[in-house]
Amino acid sequence: MKRRSWIRKNLFADWKSGSVTVFFLLVALVYVPRLLDWALFGAVFAPNVDACQAARGTGACWGVIVEKWRLIIFGRYPFDEQWRPALATVLLLGLLFASCIRRFWSAWLAPAWVIVWALFFWLMRGGAGLTPTPSDLWGGLPLTIMLSTIAIALAFPLSIFVALGRRSRLPAIRTICTVYIELIRGVPLISILFMASFLFPLFMPVGKSPDVLLRVIAGLTLFWAAYLAEIVRGGLQAIPKGHLEAADSLGLTYWQAQRKVVLPQALAIVVPAMVNNFIAIFKDTSLVTIVSLYELTGSLGLALNSDANWRPFKIEGYLFIAAVYFTFCFAMSRYSLWIEKQVAHDR
Amino acid sequence: MKRTIIGFAIAAAFLASAPVFAGKTLDSIKQKGQVACGVHTGLAGFSQADSQGNWSGIDVDYCKALAAAVLGDASKVKYVPLTAAQRFTALQSGEIDVLSRNTTWTLTRDASLGINFVGVTYYDGQGFLVPVKSKVKSAKSMKGATVCVQSGTTTEKNMTDYSRANKLDLKPVVFEKIEAATGAYFSGRCAAFTTDASGLASVRNKEAKNPADHVILPELISKEPLGPAVRRGDDEWFAIAKWTLFGLIESEEYGITQANVDKMAAESTDPVIMRITGKSEDTGKLLGLDKDWMVKAVKAVGNYGEMFERNVGPKTALNLPRGLNNQWNKGGLQYAPPIR
Amino acid sequence: MRRRSASRSWSWRSQAFRGLVWQVVAVLLVGLAAWYLGHNTLENMRARGIKSGFDFLFGPAGFDIGESLVKYDALDPVWKAFLVGLLNTLRVAIVGIVLATLLGVALGIGRFSKNALLRGLCYAYTETFRNIPILLQLLFWYLVFTEILPPVNEPVTLGTTFFLSKGGFSFPWWIDGVWSVPTPGAFSMDGGATATPEFMAVLLGLVFYTAAFIGEVVRAGIAAVPKGQVEAASSLGLPRGLQVRKVILPQAMRVIIPPLTNQYLNLTKNSSLAVAIGYPDVVSIATTTLNNTGRAVECISIIMLVYLTTSLSTAALMNWYNKRMAIRER
Repeated sequence: MKRRSWIRKNLFADWKSGSVTVFFLLVALVYVPRLLDWALFGAVFAPNVDACQAARGTGACWGVIVEKWRLIIFGRYPFDEQWRPALATVLLLGLLFASCIRRFWSAWLAPAWVIVWALFFWLMRGGAGLTPTPSDLWGGLPLTIMLSTIAIALAFPLSIFVALGRRSRLPAIRTICTVYIELIRGVPLISILFMASFLFPLFMPVGKSPDVLLRVIAGLTLFWAAYLAEIVRGGLQAIPKGHLEAADSLGLTYWQAQRKVVLPQALAIVVPAMVNNFIAIFKDTSLVTIVSLYELTGSLGLALNSDANWRPFKIEGYLFIAAVYFTFCFAMSRYSLWIEKQVAHDR
Repeated sequence: MKRTIIGFAIAAAFLASAPVFAGKTLDSIKQKGQVACGVHTGLAGFSQADSQGNWSGIDVDYCKALAAAVLGDASKVKYVPLTAAQRFTALQSGEIDVLSRNTTWTLTRDASLGINFVGVTYYDGQGFLVPVKSKVKSAKSMKGATVCVQSGTTTEKNMTDYSRANKLDLKPVVFEKIEAATGAYFSGRCAAFTTDASGLASVRNKEAKNPADHVILPELISKEPLGPAVRRGDDEWFAIAKWTLFGLIESEEYGITQANVDKMAAESTDPVIMRITGKSEDTGKLLGLDKDWMVKAVKAVGNYGEMFERNVGPKTALNLPRGLNNQWNKGGLQYAPPIR
Repeated sequence: MRRRSASRSWSWRSQAFRGLVWQVVAVLLVGLAAWYLGHNTLENMRARGIKSGFDFLFGPAGFDIGESLVKYDALDPVWKAFLVGLLNTLRVAIVGIVLATLLGVALGIGRFSKNALLRGLCYAYTETFRNIPILLQLLFWYLVFTEILPPVNEPVTLGTTFFLSKGGFSFPWWIDGVWSVPTPGAFSMDGGATATPEFMAVLLGLVFYTAAFIGEVVRAGIAAVPKGQVEAASSLGLPRGLQVRKVILPQAMRVIIPPLTNQYLNLTKNSSLAVAIGYPDVVSIATTTLNNTGRAVECISIIMLVYLTTSLSTAALMNWYNKRMAIRER
């Protein structure tokens, strides 16, 4: 009974709504079977090129994923050593997951970060018992996750200083921070990456320029710090003036007032917006493929472009990594909703 | 604020007159224990890494020979894969010691990029790759065609010149990365793909599903002398890079091979061979290297002819004829100044 | 008050003095960093004889560009090549902004539809398209265009004057005073005008991606309109369409415009990713020039300057519009 009334209210409320429903149902009736045919019933799941070729146009070739998944996920990392990036990524994801859950918010989280990162780099780089693997062989999902996590972890504290600087009463500091934020926000990320990749070596003494991976991380950090700073600034603006005046009258210094009174409140307000920006950071690490770091998007190209047999099935490959990105981003956006509720609840 | 920065910039311009260190590349290489060599991100026959990160190719062999001559060990090379757009700044800035990434030697590059070309490892010319089924027999019949190109190369300009001269109205589609350019060509977006003929052969053999479905047109529309380059301002290192290449070419001329180099060094009485192997004259000392620098280089990768045969020659998948790259006394252009 | 009077006496511990120290330190640090980097750059350039300066802009470009809104020839100066690139960027950005706005507004309104199916579809669209990187979407659309469409010499005909193939979408166009109708040639469409697959892929990618965000912005804007307003409108007997146009949207606009501006800016900046799929935008022209002339610093500065100018002027335009909207409200 209840269901029928729901259907009437939501699908056939009036003739307009009804015709929309009928229209969509008709479209679905025509296309959904075709789509299912392509994606499931007519699809080839075995890594068999000939079967895939035969099914072209009528069925998807998921065999390409079965055949190439290790190359797509781990890039050029030496095949026999791929358990290392796998383990490193699992550790890192575990750490991130734990950091997101309230129950784990305690003092030991900080040392856990240090330990997991140390383990991560040891596993990735090798040395001390493992075969050394130079950073230009790192790629795929571990690189994507590493780049976005480091960019977030470094840009976040930086952004707090920049945001405070932009609201500072000291004109020189305010100008520096404002110019920095507006300059960075006015240009595309790719120009910053070009700068890190092509130009930065020219800015340094001969032979002193750091590894391209480090330069790209620095570029990502500086870029995102400007965006996060604007979010933090939004939070700072929401703090009533009275709080600062109260802190002032208690005799707190500027830094004490910020640390103990203003920032805890401001950051709590901006957490949802922050998490939304983390999603953007995660997605935009895909741009590093343009400057030849083979993260997930790049390693797909690497896996399929050079193999003439499998190249025609790149669409399936794109759908696969799109699903990977979607999983991470969707999870984060759900988390952002949850935390938004928590923040609203706490107030 | 702005004024301050400008002030500092001007001050910097004046202060920039401090003496630069020259001749330090060799020292820093010996100190680091490796030669940083800029290579292609992946071009079969020239420089290509397998899944273990082992590099091979004619450009890579030059790096190995250099490392062997300088450090006595061909494995002491740090390979830095570079895109066309990254390569010159990487060299200028000292990220790499030598750029060995099939780079065309031109006046503009020599005169304005702050680099010096060492010599020519491969005489090439730009061509077009087309699908057999398009029935194109000559580049001149491709009026109005769309052509896929990789940016950051001499290729774009050559094609423009050729298109103008023959009124072809070719339309370039320019990609940042070579994989994207070849990918677009193989999907049928472009009627042709253009790059140096050797590169076309490499792409056709490595990336085409059936190499016989694609044909390299007979016209070569430019001269492309490809060779390694070093940073300007360090003549000693320039000389080492130059003479390592010349040594490899001259070794072929005098029949010194990877297999017989030890025997030659020990037994040969030919004065030229005795000079090359460091038996009679210590040419290494003049360059700041060991006496048997050339022996080490040849032992590591063979002479120039062996490098060619192993990587791109008729017996490899690329199947490129020796042609212009034969020795001068066999009808080719490879003519090394003498080691003496 | 005590603090303020203390600050005038310039004691070591006064706030004003410490503020001054902080500022001097900050300016010194920034200046020092700028000096260090500038010094190194000049030093490197001098030591290797790298030429610098913007004189290259007036030399001949020497390369063709696949598509151009203005007449361009390879012998034209480099600055004109940059102009062609800039126009290509603006073309895709402006068309993209218009289409993304239309689609986005439809999606945003669709989220409030009475029909659950429509609501669900709009939601699914938004979540799908905004959670996949834009670069991946661009690559995907480009692949779809180049892989699935027929070769240029056997195009799909739509009517008799529209053609769709790997060469792009060709349509009749006003050229030199006459309607020019495209006809399939051996290697390209002769006559008419053609939107290349590169252009269409960039456009579609940007539109589909940005529309998802604009949809969210519009939804939030509409949600911010108090319920009583809608109830009042329906009690006046306004039909649903009029309610949306006359009551809901004008009020929602105030909330919508600032984040909408951000989305427009994002779309414009994201158009720089066109370089990955061979669309000759300003970034693509700059990298080509960079490699022909070796003027890396200059070319990257030009890219940044172009986007900075576009961003700031778009922001200014939207601020002006925002103000106008706000005044009319009162």
